[in-house]
Amino acid sequence: MPAQQELFDQKIEQEIRIEPKDWMPDDYRKMLIRQMSQHAHSEIVGMLPEGNWITRAPSLRRKATLVAKVQDEAGHGLYLYSATETLGITREETIEQLHAGKAKYSSIFNYPTLSWADIGAIGWLVDGAAIMNQVPLCRASYGPYARAMIRICKEESFHQRQGFEILLTLSRGSEAQKQMCQDAINRWWWPSLMMFGPNDDASPNSQKSMQWKIKRFTNDELRQKFVDVCVEQVKTLEMQLPDPQIKWNETTGHYDFGEINWEEFYEVLKGNGPCNKERLEARKKAHEEGAWVREAAAAHAAKKDYSTNTFMHGSQTA
Amino acid sequence: MEVKPHSENWPLWEVFIRARQGLDHKHAGSLYAADAQMAIENARDVYTRRNEGISIWVVESKNIHASNPDDAGEFFDPANDKVYRHPSFYHLPEQVKNI
Amino acid sequence: MDLLSSYIIHQADNALILGHRNSEWTGHGPILEQDIALSNIALDLIGQARNFYQLAASRINELDPGEIITEDDLAYLRDGNEFKNFILLEQTNGDWAKTILRQFYFSSFQLLQFRELVKSQNTELAAISEKSVKETRYHVKWSSEWVIRLGDGTSESHSRMVSAQQDLNPYIAEMFTPADFDYEAESSRAGILPDKLKEEWYQRVNRILEIATLPVISEEKKTMQILSGKNGVHSEHLGFLLAEMQFLQRAYPGCQW
Repeated sequence: MPAQQELFDQKIEQEIRIEPKDWMPDDYRKMLIRQMSQHAHSEIVGMLPEGNWITRAPSLRRKATLVAKVQDEAGHGLYLYSATETLGITREETIEQLHAGKAKYSSIFNYPTLSWADIGAIGWLVDGAAIMNQVPLCRASYGPYARAMIRICKEESFHQRQGFEILLTLSRGSEAQKQMCQDAINRWWWPSLMMFGPNDDASPNSQKSMQWKIKRFTNDELRQKFVDVCVEQVKTLEMQLPDPQIKWNETTGHYDFGEINWEEFYEVLKGNGPCNKERLEARKKAHEEGAWVREAAAAHAAKKDYSTNTFMHGSQTA
Repeated sequence: MEVKPHSENWPLWEVFIRARQGLDHKHAGSLYAADAQMAIENARDVYTRRNEGISIWVVESKNIHASNPDDAGEFFDPANDKVYRHPSFYHLPEQVKNI
Repeated sequence: MDLLSSYIIHQADNALILGHRNSEWTGHGPILEQDIALSNIALDLIGQARNFYQLAASRINELDPGEIITEDDLAYLRDGNEFKNFILLEQTNGDWAKTILRQFYFSSFQLLQFRELVKSQNTELAAISEKSVKETRYHVKWSSEWVIRLGDGTSESHSRMVSAQQDLNPYIAEMFTPADFDYEAESSRAGILPDKLKEEWYQRVNRILEIATLPVISEEKKTMQILSGKNGVHSEHLGFLLAEMQFLQRAYPGCQW
């Protein structure tokens, strides 16, 4: 075995991080590019369903915290694009892949946000599931990915708390608000479970990903953990999870739950979800309409000496 | 006015943040900006939203030169041997403070 | 409502309406980094709005303890004819040029105003202004740089800036036209008459416009001001904005969110 491969395997074995200029197998690089860029795309596309409700946030405090949350997601996308670029691909190239439908993003964002309660449900369930996926990634074998994830995880807990608090407020409100809350939970529960991906035995990429310590726990392990946690949390809301088969299993020490509608999962993945088209169109539009802005800024920078002196001279302070 | 079309591609910048007085600037990540001023402002917006920094350095990524990890052996190993450069090599009696 | 409360609400409405408009860009900006930059500005403005609304609410509650009102009551339960923001700020976002120019015009005004308000005899107003001045300085810096970049960028960006000026320049005069609450603020030394800021505003703004190779603006000839946002006579845009913003509170009255 060539020395480089052996050294790489040793690092993985000893939990020594792989850094950008280190030798790595092509497949490892490709797998990381795919996973990290898709993670980045998910953050950016994920801004849209929640962004929908910024202008309709029902109080000034909710307005401010929702803008902050969605802005955080932009930041997360940015950290992840930045980490992906260390592998030898530009952000521009990965965005082209997204717009061409060649790269995926988390399917959950193809569902519509129909009420204010959806914002709460997304914070509680979607961010909750994301956190469960993301905490182990803080120990991913690739250094820049792990570091980006540490940053992201630090910011993420505010997101989930904010979501839960929104639902809690609704659950203690008027009849209409309680119904709004239950309705949102009904619509977001199953798609959130789907966020953990196919069952382990139907997941081809997982094995290699675990071997290379990019992934630390299997899809089913994480999904089970999530269910266990949510079943307890929903009690505080005095709401129901829309799964009559949820039942404590004394033997396994976990909650049993019903079968996921895998047909829906694969349909949405294929592009036939409720909002796939709109999400991608929104991103393409922003990118295309922004071209003249990016060109102008580049042109201006080329014209000027872009040291800070130029601007200090031009602007004034009061 | 210019005739030829301009690339819309902005350079990539690496960002270094000093979190508090007394600490070094630490690499925080990268971002795209058209010029240094924008890069600093973007870095402030992206990396110091939660009061995580008091000083920002930005450098165009192309200006960062890195050592080759393959040379790591010959480059760094000799220093590993020179244990006496590390304070922990010297065992001082308990009574000696502030050193 | 007493005039000083109206003055405070005018500050709040300005910040809220512009913050709201800026927040519409979230997820749709020309590049990720700028999405974050503009949302930061939106957050600053919403924060200012909250401070001013809270001050106004506590003042109103003191003067009229009958029905206690909150910052949200002020933001969500008044109709368009009770809003006192500049018409400039309720305009639709248009393209990036229009958005940053609007920010530039307004923040340049706000900075001059806060510089005076930090000396306000009303200590709470002074305190809010103290907090807001730093942010506003940054808003002016950020938007000035964009005015220059776009004005002196490509021929396309230049002509979009000229269009933006054509759209927004008619709304400049309102910023310097005193309403009754401005006179009250000036006489009680809580604030300053806005027309006293006019000359310096034109100087500073034109300085940047020149660097940006954009047409400088001269004080509008005395054209009749038919609309007056400060007096609750708005453009058609505000109605749609408020319908969206206030929907939930109106559809589910009296609820906690």
